[in-house]
Amino acid sequence: MSNPSAERGVHWFFKGARGIASLPAIILMSAFVGFCGFAVEAGIPLGETVFMTGMIWALPAKVLLVGSILAGVSLPAAFITVALSSIRLMPMVAALIPEIRTEKTPTWLLLLLSHFIAITAYVFTMERIRDVPREHRVAFFAGFGTTVTSANIVLVAVIYSTVANLPAMVAGALFFLTPVYFLTSIWASTRDRAGHIAMIIGLALGPVFHQVAPEFDILYAGLVGGTLAFVADRVWKRRSGE
Amino acid sequence: MMSYAALDAWWWPYVFIAVAGWLATDIWRWLGVLVGNRLKQDSAALTWVRAVATALLAAVIAKLILYPTGELKNVPVALRLIAVSAGFAAFLIFGKRIWIGILVALALLIGGQLLLG
Repeated sequence: MSNPSAERGVHWFFKGARGIASLPAIILMSAFVGFCGFAVEAGIPLGETVFMTGMIWALPAKVLLVGSILAGVSLPAAFITVALSSIRLMPMVAALIPEIRTEKTPTWLLLLLSHFIAITAYVFTMERIRDVPREHRVAFFAGFGTTVTSANIVLVAVIYSTVANLPAMVAGALFFLTPVYFLTSIWASTRDRAGHIAMIIGLALGPVFHQVAPEFDILYAGLVGGTLAFVADRVWKRRSGE
Repeated sequence: MMSYAALDAWWWPYVFIAVAGWLATDIWRWLGVLVGNRLKQDSAALTWVRAVATALLAAVIAKLILYPTGELKNVPVALRLIAVSAGFAAFLIFGKRIWIGILVALALLIGGQLLLG
């Protein structure tokens, strides 16, 4: 007995998996080459680097964790640093979930799949999810998320021993790829005006708070910048009578 | 005090990564699922949360460019800023194509270094 709905689910899972050949996935893999080089330089052993890739998945959180390890901070301090910088994952997940779930999707499945949400998966899914029938969206996302995560785990394991031999200019360029990619892809996937204002204010406030309070610069820039952007958007709306 | 190098046991770095890395990121994802399951689209609270998240992310981007780690540190800050600004401008001008922005930024970063010797 074949179940046509389940069969179509498998079809959409593989369609999501094929997203490994998309621009966001390819850029992410290049960024992971850069991260792997950073981990080698920081003296993080192979097993731990691979473990980090699979367990944390979000690239900025990994860079911060390696930075904390290099600085020799305590476990609670490292936890707070990474947790504060990863608060952004919550609204990203909260915005993505209503797009992919149906009333029948079990919460445990969403909790499990949420691990694969990071900036790249967010941008990729938000761009394409409207062309996927609602009942197959979870399968589509699962296909993309599991494939891209597994591919990067394998990539990091394979290149670990050779990545230290990268020419300095290439290694620098790979490190540059991440912020440029984040900047353009987040700008492109932000649809509301408040988001664009927040982006501009956040770019300016990041360095300002880095001078004033380097420990919590990201958090302060986010809270102050986001609130300012929110208020500015409200005022703008009222003025123009929207 | 409980740093990454505090214990000599093979498993300690993994515990450190699991707590300060995995738990520190996945709690927000789980919270996001619980919130997202109840979330009202177009509410003011959602707009605010999204704005805070975007500003947080923008601050991360600015820091990655201004205070980089690894090899990027050796590239002059002026060249980094010119490359990312030109890349972003090209991205906006050519129909918000991400690959154009990246191509222009990387070309300027590498080209600039070759010119500077």
